[in-house]
Amino acid sequence: MTQPPDAIQPVLTGLRDSFPEAIKEVGGHRGEVTVELDSGSLVEVATWLRDHPSARFRLLSDLSGTDYPERPDRLSVDYHLYSVDHNMRLRLKVRVGVDDPHVPSVTGVWSTANWHEREVYDFFGVRFDGHPNLVRILMPEDWEGHPQRRDYPLGGVDVQYRGAHVPSPDRRRYKGGWTST
Amino acid sequence: MTDSIEPAGLAVRPGEARDLPPQPAARRIDYNERRAQQVLAMGGGDWAEVTARQHAAGDDELMVLNMGPQHPSTHGVLRLVLELRGEEVVSCQPVIGYLHTGIEKTTEVRTWVQGVTLVTRMDYLSPIFNEAAYCLAIEKLLDVRAPERAQALRVLLMELNRIGSHLVWLATTGLELGALSMMLYGFREREQILDILEDVTGLRMNHAWVRPGGVLQDMPEGTEAKIRAFVDEMARKADEYEDLLTNNPIWIERTRGIGVLDEEQCLDLGITGPMLRATGLALDVRKTEPYCGYEQYEFDVPTATSADVYARYQLRVAEIRESLRIVRQVLDKLPSGPVMHPDPKIGWPARLALGPDGLGNSSEHVRHIMGESMEALIHHFKMVTEGFKVPAGEVYLPVESPRGELGYHVVSDGGNLPYRVHVRDPSFVNLQAVPLMVEGGLVADVIAAVSSVDPVMGGADR
Repeated sequence: MTQPPDAIQPVLTGLRDSFPEAIKEVGGHRGEVTVELDSGSLVEVATWLRDHPSARFRLLSDLSGTDYPERPDRLSVDYHLYSVDHNMRLRLKVRVGVDDPHVPSVTGVWSTANWHEREVYDFFGVRFDGHPNLVRILMPEDWEGHPQRRDYPLGGVDVQYRGAHVPSPDRRRYKGGWTST
Repeated sequence: MTDSIEPAGLAVRPGEARDLPPQPAARRIDYNERRAQQVLAMGGGDWAEVTARQHAAGDDELMVLNMGPQHPSTHGVLRLVLELRGEEVVSCQPVIGYLHTGIEKTTEVRTWVQGVTLVTRMDYLSPIFNEAAYCLAIEKLLDVRAPERAQALRVLLMELNRIGSHLVWLATTGLELGALSMMLYGFREREQILDILEDVTGLRMNHAWVRPGGVLQDMPEGTEAKIRAFVDEMARKADEYEDLLTNNPIWIERTRGIGVLDEEQCLDLGITGPMLRATGLALDVRKTEPYCGYEQYEFDVPTATSADVYARYQLRVAEIRESLRIVRQVLDKLPSGPVMHPDPKIGWPARLALGPDGLGNSSEHVRHIMGESMEALIHHFKMVTEGFKVPAGEVYLPVESPRGELGYHVVSDGGNLPYRVHVRDPSFVNLQAVPLMVEGGLVADVIAAVSSVDPVMGGADR
């Protein structure tokens, strides 16, 4: 684990001072800083990061989800922020369980989160509370399940909107299929 | 006699059908009603919501128009649900997803190297950028750096690709706004770029040429002269485009003051690239977070201030010129050396060579692994079937694509397959701005505004 870059230290100090109990973990990897947050205070922290003079993260570059099935809070939502004024990046991470996946929406802080959150809802089933229009965006409206979850089957299922059948990967080409080691 | 001859093999003879009792009138009405409903049954997206709102309001002047997904002016399968009062756009809701192919999911069951062939198919007008960003993200996870020559070649092809992408933008926008000659010119010059890309990578599109740790193969002999000739010609052609459009009264009428978005709105909506730079903010990932050695090249980040479609046009032509500057510099100081990382556990083991039957594995390499070294054969086999492992971790890597910030969020669990690849595609993000740009304007300006976003639906839907 590398040390976080110097420019971002005032931001981290400010975050720790202003939200002592919201921050679960601060990590760094390959020069990138990740702040893991309690989902309850996400909107306050996001607003602070956008407006505070030492941070000014006015651009929400990306918002994506990842599924870690072995964890109890298996769904992770990552917010990649960019500060135009200070030329630095920061990743916020919020984790939720799969049974009650509710995360507050940051559409009030950055409007661009609208479609990003719809995409994460579409693919991972995370419910963003306060989102103006949380419906599927890329998959058909009546699709069942959330395809980017790790346990969503790849092939071997009926193509829902056509009634066609796609064989599972092991019957297509690779005997036994590819496995992650 | 001919009257009694009936066609053989008909299950129902024509005469019998006529004898059937007539259908009751009620059923016919049913059928007509059902058919009428089917014509209107354009579910999906926000159509139902918009039509319901319109019915509830009881406003006869309001018309709901479904523009796309099959519409020549929406740059692919983009669908816009427009509410119109006469010529005025009251509301606009973009609907996307028609080109969703699940590339992000598919990368999770293919090795790291195989992923290159998948991501290059997302944004089909700027494939080199997708490959480069994906490979740079893997290199960041591996903590390796591609050799200098490979970096320079990546920059070379990325900039040529940027020119090609901007040319398609100029061409299609010209076509949509009535400047048909621009369409012919733009595609004519792009064809030369595709020829160069084909010379270097072997393919016109979907190259899969940038690989983790370097590039697939070096530039063949004679290509440099070809690129230099093209660069000189292209600079003259850019002048021609500006002669044609910059002072053209129709072009100015159609683009000036259309689709204005200021800096604050752009940042709030996450918009980057030429649309953001048209507001005066010179934000360019090549300058702020240089990759592939962009810090070695001298170039400016053009900006404009009027923030409308016309400004975006001027910017893109200016960017073509800046790209030409970079291409010249790359060719002038192209370093020599290998094009793949020296670590044999990263680089692709096979060597390509031109044989009598086309491009394939070099016969020397085949002789080596088949006749000389068992270890080399095992290594080749392991690398090709299993691939390499990438240390666990996650990175976000942005590059400046022709449309804005193209970011790859790549997660590895330490295995030979990506754990998660998420793409922040600029088309996806920038399309969110369409309602803000077109609402309150005329329906004819929707075309100009959508076009100025330069959306590529393959990238937006992924």
